[in-house]
Amino acid sequence: MKSAVKQKAEQKKSSAKKATPKSVTLLVATKKGGFILTSDPKRREWTTKGPLYLGNIVHHMMLDPRDGKTMLMAAKTGHLGPTVFRSTNQGKTWNEAAKPPAFAKAAEGEQGRTVDHVFWLTPGHASEPKVWYAGTSPQGLFRSEDGGDTWESVTGFNDHPMRPAWTGGGQDGTPDGPKMHSILIDPRDANHMYIGMSGGGVFESTDKGADWRPLNAGCKVDFNPDPYPEFGQDPHCVRLHPQAPDILYQQNHCGIYRIDRTAAGAENQWVRIGEKMPKSVGDIGFPMVLHPRDPNTCWVFPMDGTQVWPRTAPGGKPAAYVTRNGGKSWQRQDNGLPKQQAWMTVFRQAMTADAHNPVGLYFGTTCGEIWASTNEGEKWTCIVRHLPHVYAVEAVEF
Amino acid sequence: MKVIIPSPLLSYTRQQKEVDATGATVADVLDDLNRSFPGIRFRMIDEQDAIRPHMKIFVNGEQVFELNTALTSADEIHILQALSGG
Repeated sequence: MKSAVKQKAEQKKSSAKKATPKSVTLLVATKKGGFILTSDPKRREWTTKGPLYLGNIVHHMMLDPRDGKTMLMAAKTGHLGPTVFRSTNQGKTWNEAAKPPAFAKAAEGEQGRTVDHVFWLTPGHASEPKVWYAGTSPQGLFRSEDGGDTWESVTGFNDHPMRPAWTGGGQDGTPDGPKMHSILIDPRDANHMYIGMSGGGVFESTDKGADWRPLNAGCKVDFNPDPYPEFGQDPHCVRLHPQAPDILYQQNHCGIYRIDRTAAGAENQWVRIGEKMPKSVGDIGFPMVLHPRDPNTCWVFPMDGTQVWPRTAPGGKPAAYVTRNGGKSWQRQDNGLPKQQAWMTVFRQAMTADAHNPVGLYFGTTCGEIWASTNEGEKWTCIVRHLPHVYAVEAVEF
Repeated sequence: MKVIIPSPLLSYTRQQKEVDATGATVADVLDDLNRSFPGIRFRMIDEQDAIRPHMKIFVNGEQVFELNTALTSADEIHILQALSGG
């Protein structure tokens, strides 16, 4: 099967169209609002629109690739409740969702859950044009069937009898709350989904969210008494390859992993591929970015995960790392990036790729910079400075 | 009755700092506000019908903590929201 994957990758590489390049649009979510950056077709000049909803904490912005028009923005302020803003004209105008994601009202005498913020937005399967999914903090899964205007609880997860155990308590989450993220839809089957939870691990459903099962075998929890529990892992970012959907990668709290769901006898087994990273850098980080056509190529952006976890570029020297062979080896990519005293962090949704050939890569930093590469990470250029703390960057083409 | 709106919610009331609403309880008034200004209630009140942690509701100058607090048409409601943070 591996040879089939290689064959497919080579086929896709060679067939990558060299049509007139389109401009790229970056949807940038920040701690203080949303921004939309648009390039020229050569991806050299960029214009910035925004801020959108200045003062709102925006965790994610996403375009619906099925209609090319609908955008959703996950937002809240420091004290107001969470919501979703919607645009149906590529971000020109925005309105609030009529019914944002919210947990069900608890029965009298029972402790109810409340959504603190919407953290992740995923358009649904191509066969379900107006379906979207949202992941929240605390971990909850919500589904919209009207383009993000009204949201319903996915009870198969939110009311699953194992959910309290799977998600752990508040102590298992990030400092600003445990999060559901990386909602992945198998492009071959709308019923087949994955989710990632910090904490909790990776879970899979084959019935459109009606039931779930852990998918964490092989994924180490090096701080746990049992280093290989069934669940309780902390995947920071999970990606499914759109053209080879049996290949998934994850940047985990405890390393970089890959799984091949077609590998006989190992279809449920994650394999740590970060051990080939330089020891001085390690394989801890937040984002994971896949090449849009080659399932053996992906990028990570390591951070310092030692002792108290500074979560900064290791040694103050930021760099992306790329593998072009499914994790057998990694190459450092820091041309153009600061060589020292740069203590940035790239959050889990804040690094992405476009579909150009060569692929463009983009990442946003906790220091409010957006960096871009038009040659698959060979050289980096800072295209915008002085934005607020960047939470998410998504590349889209209209 | 008169309802005074905090600045973070003025985008819902078309920048009106004072609006009129009716209801026999605080919950009723919030529902009425939400009919006039869709979405405003959920920003203040969570899905368990609890007042969000940094919101305060005063009736005639006295803070209330329960949405079932009874009201009369002569009452004045003042909604406050903390602006702490960074």
